[in-house]
This record gives sequence, structure tokens and C-alpha cells, in this order.
Amino acid sequence: MIARVLWSFLLLACALTTHAATLEQGLEQLKSKDFSHIEQGIATIAASGDDNAELILNLLLNGEIYRHKKSNELVTIQGKEDKQLIIVNLFDDSGDSAQTVSKRKIKKVRINNKLRASLKSAIASLKLNSNDPVLRLEAVNQLIGKLNPVLYQTLLERQQTESDDRVKSLIDVALAVTDLNSQDSDKASQINAIELLSESLQPAARNALQQFVDETDNASLKFKANKGLRSIDERRKWAGHAETLFFGLSLGSVLVLAAIGLAITFGVMGVINMAHGELIMLGAYTTYVVQLLMPNNIALSILVSIPAAFLVSAIAGIMIERGVIRFLYGRPLETLLATFGISLILQQAVRSVFSPLNRSVATPEFMSGVIEINPVLSLTLNRLYIIAFCLIVFALLFMLLRYTRLGIEVRAVAQNRAMARAMGVRSEWVDAMTFGLGSGIAGVAGVALSQLTNVGPNLGQAYIIDSFMVVVFGGVGNLWGTLVAGLSLGVANKIMEPWAGAVLAKILVLVFIILFIQKRPRGLFPQKGRSAEG
Amino acid sequence: MNLKKIMLAAAIAGSMSATQAMAADDTIKVGVLHSLSGTMAISETTLKDTMLMLIDEQNKKGGLLGKKLEAVVVDPASNWPLFAEKARELIEKKDVDAVFGCWTSVSRKSVLPVFEELDSLLFYPVQYEGEESSKNVFYTGAAPNQQAIPAVDYLMDQGVKRWVLAGTDYVYPRTTNKILEAYLKAKGVAASDIMINYTPFGHSDWQSIVSDIKKFGSKGQKTAVVSTINGDANVPFYKELGNQGISADEIPVVAFSVGEEELSGIDTKPLVGHLAAWNYFMSVESDVNDEFIDAWHAFIKDEDRVTNDPMEAHYIGFNMWVEAVEKAGTTDPSVVGDALIGVSVPNLTGGYSAMMPNHHITKPVLIGEIQDDGQFETVWKTSGLVAGDAWSDYLQGSKDLISDWRAPLSCGNYNVKTSKCSGQNY
Repeated sequence: MIARVLWSFLLLACALTTHAATLEQGLEQLKSKDFSHIEQGIATIAASGDDNAELILNLLLNGEIYRHKKSNELVTIQGKEDKQLIIVNLFDDSGDSAQTVSKRKIKKVRINNKLRASLKSAIASLKLNSNDPVLRLEAVNQLIGKLNPVLYQTLLERQQTESDDRVKSLIDVALAVTDLNSQDSDKASQINAIELLSESLQPAARNALQQFVDETDNASLKFKANKGLRSIDERRKWAGHAETLFFGLSLGSVLVLAAIGLAITFGVMGVINMAHGELIMLGAYTTYVVQLLMPNNIALSILVSIPAAFLVSAIAGIMIERGVIRFLYGRPLETLLATFGISLILQQAVRSVFSPLNRSVATPEFMSGVIEINPVLSLTLNRLYIIAFCLIVFALLFMLLRYTRLGIEVRAVAQNRAMARAMGVRSEWVDAMTFGLGSGIAGVAGVALSQLTNVGPNLGQAYIIDSFMVVVFGGVGNLWGTLVAGLSLGVANKIMEPWAGAVLAKILVLVFIILFIQKRPRGLFPQKGRSAEG
Repeated sequence: MNLKKIMLAAAIAGSMSATQAMAADDTIKVGVLHSLSGTMAISETTLKDTMLMLIDEQNKKGGLLGKKLEAVVVDPASNWPLFAEKARELIEKKDVDAVFGCWTSVSRKSVLPVFEELDSLLFYPVQYEGEESSKNVFYTGAAPNQQAIPAVDYLMDQGVKRWVLAGTDYVYPRTTNKILEAYLKAKGVAASDIMINYTPFGHSDWQSIVSDIKKFGSKGQKTAVVSTINGDANVPFYKELGNQGISADEIPVVAFSVGEEELSGIDTKPLVGHLAAWNYFMSVESDVNDEFIDAWHAFIKDEDRVTNDPMEAHYIGFNMWVEAVEKAGTTDPSVVGDALIGVSVPNLTGGYSAMMPNHHITKPVLIGEIQDDGQFETVWKTSGLVAGDAWSDYLQGSKDLISDWRAPLSCGNYNVKTSKCSGQNY
């Protein structure tokens, strides 16, 4: 009896030590400089069944595990203390092992892309047992097309117990991908797999079918698989069209945002403002500065920077108008040269103040990510927000010009300056306000652009030509024209890009506009009535 | 008059110290030809500061040949013809003994005839497309075989079967991609597995191109992007990659124009794992690199500034010039030019780089992965040094050419088949 108790106790102890040892062994292997050792370490940790395994693998994936060069202990960084780092040993919740070291005393446990892929698979296989169906779905998605025999077995078991329909059907697809091209599948399961895969838009499903068609010599199955491929391609084509339209609209909305301020200064006032791009740039830099002031609240900082950028650019615009442009009304060539000079001054000023290097503007959490409609069509969130933002700005501006006193005065001065003055409108004041409004809108566009492209001194130059193009194409002095022109140029550009290439697509759009202007010199929506002559 | 000149020079240089503005005759003048305004200022300003730091340090060590060094900084304003004018001004009017400068290939091509005509020395610190070897230019950046080819080798080793060659539409990407395409085909890659795409300078709307790359990469075989996209266009490109959820373990992007400096302008979290091939990373562990970084931070008075590969190239080039001048005992460019060949100085990765007879240098090639702190982590490294090859072995018309500036050959493009030197046609 005693012997038996002892024996089982011994067994238990043995099991415990081997268990602990596997995780320990895995961690030990992570200390190596050799990627193949680290890969073994990952496999050991994943197979250890330890509760901490997933945590450790995630830390490793995020590059948060370091090796202390002297003591050869694995540590993580807990915090920073003026240039020094506070590190603690792994699994030290109490913080007893905390010590302060300089950056050069520790070395990150390196991983490369191959390890990153195997880490993701390992984490996914651990996540399969998670309680959250979203996590399980993610895990299966990660594993599709990468199944080894062990994982196949795991998924097969999971399939029996899975309660969530979406996860279950994705598991079916994942298994079918393997079944279809497996040596030991019978015909019935292959037919089943073909039918399943023909319904799926997963890229792995299409690849499996294609591989099957290339390799099989069974004519009837090949016919079935080909039919499946065709139906997949048909649906992918529609997704492709929808994607192109989305890309075009989002490019168009950027064009509209950049051009709409110009539609006011150039379209309504007739001022050729070459510094318009730099007013956009000022808006983008305002976003950067606001973000510096509130580094812990990126989402809020973007919202704050919209009015801030409007004010900064509007004030800059009013200064330009009062200081330079008002002396040059009616002399377009001189205005063009003077504002071009201002644009250079603004660029160099930004270079001197902020350095010539690009500044980094962070994207708030709510703007990053995608909405996945299906596996081949997903819409990026930041672009969706910018399309919406563009429409809001347009609507506000339109209402402002239509329904407010300032709007009526602006239109009055634009249509007939002498008559407006006779009616008691302070035309000088209206000029300054109009120019300020157009410039402010440019600043708001800068906030949007800071989320898409570089915030640097050259930001504005990239958009000035496009902006003029949109305004002229849409018809000078017409806000609707700007909206329609911007969106349609964006879509046209994106439709042409796949077959003409980005360089040629841009050239073709320019050629088209030149021809169009020859035919209709006043743009898409020309001004009508007497004011059209002015 | 003299005072006026000095004041002008000091005004241009801006950050010159008092010692450097000493009277003109007992100093050795070094020209710095980097754009401080215009589009290229973003990259080149840092190199100007690097040169000022190196010259400053050399002066602290006692100067050169018993004289102090003096930096003469001019601003060619990212304007290619102005580069040639400024180069002429440096050599003829300011009387400099060597010039460190240029970034883009077109600016180098613009100044080349000036240096050959006036027989002065130019140290060019940026990776470039090769296919050139001038008697008056020393190429301290990487030639294609010191950057592009090893990067492709590494990816092949990682199992990549399909290739996207994406570049900005100008001479460096076009030539590099031509070399890479020939190289890949020689390695048995089918034409249908190579996709080539060019975009204009400053391209900012990458949606459809990234979506095409995604489709190209979803065909079941491992795909990689080899990017020669230049400068500013990289930021929106990488942002779009992140937005469309392409992670580095699915489709890695290896870039030849993205370094620490470019990354300091973006949030690198979505980019972790994408690759770059260079001959130096700031994260390289060596004592000489730690010293260099500390000196840089002290000089620029900003702990957050990064170092990058072209800075290392200037570090090597400047030290080579110093050593050659000491060896020759004079600063006469034609003598120093000959003395430079064979000079070997420490590089920042802990080894030595030597100037080859073809005016290119030997360097290690490193492949690094982008980390979330904007630094690179070296994941692969050539076992030894790679000597820069002026004329690619993979291009028709260039594979029979060699360059050797030692007597008796003294030729930048000697055809080994016809045994003729075709003279200078860069």
C-alpha cells in the first residue's frame, strides 16, 4: 500500500517536473542567437500546455522579451526612467527582480518573418479553444491553407464541438482545402470538398481548386472544379469592381478636399493662389503640433486639430490677402508670381522651424483597420472616414455660402463688386473673409491629408496642380462642379491605373482634361448669367 | 573683401564654429555639396551635419598635415543644374581640396563633368544603380551587388517564389530592376512570377497598387516585394500596406531606400518585420558604432536623432580621404586620388572597409527587419565583405566591362573581350 502511494507520488512528481521542464527548456532555447533554436523553443513552449504559453508567445511576437547580456536571464521592460530602462525577469509579478539598466545592456530576443509566421500559427492553435467565437474565427482564418497533420486532427475535433456557425463553416473550408489535394481522400470527400470550396471566397480555397485542376486526371471532377473556379472568379470580379469604385471615390474625396478651398479663392474671387498647397501643409503641421500637446489622447487630438487647423490657415490666408494680394487684384500674372514666392517662403519657414525631416502624425485607433465585407473585399476605415469627412465639409461650406449673411455677401461681391458696394457691402472686408474661408478649408484638408501621407515641407506641392485641375474641370465658381469633378477624376484615375500603370493613368487624365477644356472652356458646370462675364 | 567672404561662408554654414572661420590660407578646405532646401533637403541636411561633425572631430584631433580643416557648405537647393554650378564654385572660387556630396543619381551625373574637367575629388555616399566609374568620383555607398542582389538571395533562401519589383519611375529603380529581373530569370524564376510596377515621384495614393500586390501574393506561393520606391512615397506606401492588413510574414517588403531616417517620420508598428538591405544599421552592436552615435547626439544636441547608412558612408569616405592625404603628404587631388586606392579604414559595423581600384569600397551586407521603435534588427549578414562592382555581371553590354584606375590600365570601363578602354562615357 505504502509502496503504491509512494509510486504514484513519484509518478506525479515526475509528471510535474517534466511539465515544468518543457516550458523551461523552451525558454532556455529562446536565449540562443540561432533562429532554428528559437523555432524549436517556440514549438516546445506551444506544446508544453502551460497556462503561460500563449502569453509568452505573444510577448515574443511583439518583441517584448529581452535577454540580459550579463546574467543571461530573460527579462521584459517595465518602464523608463530618464534614458534608463527598468527591467524585470519574466514571471516576476512582485517586481523584486526589477533593476535599472542602460539600453545597451540588454538584447532583444530576435525573431524573423519565418518565426513570426510559426508564432502566429502556434498562437492560433492555442486560441482555437478560446471561449470567444471572434478569436476562434481569427484563429481558423490564420490556419487556413497551413494545416499540418496535427493541426488537421485538432481542427477535426474542434469541428465536432464547435457551436458558432461562422467558425464551423470556416473550419469546414479549412479542412476541405486539405482534403481536396490529399493523397488518401476518396472521391466522395473530394466532390464534397469541391462543392464547399466553390462557395468560398477564401484565396486558399481558390488556390486549392486550381491546384486540383492542374493535377487531377479525373475528367468529371476536373469539370466540377473548373465550374467552381469560374463561379469564384465571377464573384471576385464583382468584388474587384466594387473595390475600384471605392478606391476611386476615396482618391476623389482627397482631391475634393484639397480643391474645395481653392474653389472659393480661385473660383469665387478669381485669385490664382499658388500658396494654396502650403496652406494645406500648415493645416497638417497644426495637426502635428496639436498631437504633440496632447500625446496621450490621439483620437481627441485629431478632432481638436480640425478647428485649430482651420484657424491657423485662415489667419495665414487673411494675412496673405491683406499683405499682398489686395494690391494685385485684376493683375493675375503678378498675383501668380507673388503667391508662388509666398509658397516658397512658407516652405522654407517650415523647414527652419520644424526641420526638413518629415514629422510623424499618429493615426487614432478608431481610424485604423478594415471592414471586411468578404475575404476578397475589404474597405479600409481611414479612407471611409475621409470620404465622410469630405462630404461633411462640402455640405457645411455649401450651406454657409447659401444661407448665411457672409455667404450672400460673398456671392454678391463675386457677381458685381460695384453694385454690392453701392448696396453697403464692405467689399474689402468680404474679400478678406472669403480668402480666409478658402484658406481655412485648405487647413482642414491638411488634417485629413496628415492621416494619409507625409507631413513635410513638400506636402503642399503635391496637391496644388491636382487642385487647380479639379477646379478648372468642374467649372470655375461652382462648388457642385468641384465635387463632381473631384470624384469623377478620382474614379477615372483608378479605373485606368490597373491597365495603364500609375504614371500613364495620370498623364491620360491630364490629356483628357486638356481636350475637355478645348471643347468646354468653362468646365463641367459653367456659371450662367451676366456674372459669367466677370 | 576677405572678411566679407568669410562672413558669407559663415552665414551659409550657419552652425560653423569659430575655429573653422579662421583666416583662409592656413586651412585645408573641404566642400560640402548637399541640398539644404527643396525636396531633397529631407535627406541631405543630415549628411551636411555629419560632415560638419566629422570635420570638427578631425580638428579636435589636431587637424590634418598640421593645418585645420575648414568646411565650405553650399546649398544646391535640390536643383540639378545648380549642383554643377555650385561644384564649380567650390572648386574654382573656394579652392576646396575634396568635395563630399550629392544624393540623387541625376545630381551626381550633373556634377560629374565638372569634377573631371577641373580634376577634383567627389565622395558620393548613397547607394546607387552602378554602371559608372569615374576617375574623380569615389563611390562609398552600395553598388547593386552590395545591396540588391544579396537581399534577393536572402529572400530566395526564405522560400520566396514570386516577386514584385516596385519602384519610383527614374534611373536608379529602372536600372536596379533590370539587373534584378535578369538575375531572377538566371535563377530560374518564370516571367509570370515577376510583377514590375513603376509609380511617379511622390506618389501618394497606393490603394490599387497595394491591392494588386495582395492579389498577386494570394496565389499560394510565397511572395515578396522588392522596393526601390524613393523618398517620401514610402510613407503612404507602408501606411497602405498596414491599412490593407498585409503583414510582413505574408508578403515581406524589402526596401533599398528606407533607412532609420525615413522611418523616424512614421508610426512603425504596422511595419514590424518588413525588411531593408543596407551596409549599416544604427542598431549594429560595435564599440565604434556606440562612439559614433554618442558623438552624433552630442554634436546635434538631440538624443532622438538617428544615424543611417549614408552617414556611415561619409564616415568611411572622410576617414579614407584623411588617411590618403596623410599618406600622400599633400592635398593635391590628383595625388590623393591615386593614394586613395587600397586605403583601408574602420567601418561602423566593427570591420574594415577598403577602397578598391574601381573606386568602390568593400562592405558587409546586412538585412534588417523593422522594429516597432523605428530601428532595424539584423537578421542576416554576409559572411565576409562584398566588394562593390561598378559594372553589373547580369546586364548585357556591362558584364564584360571592368574598372581599374591603377596604372597601367587607368580605365573606368575596360572591355575584357575586346581589350579596349572605351574612354569615359558614364
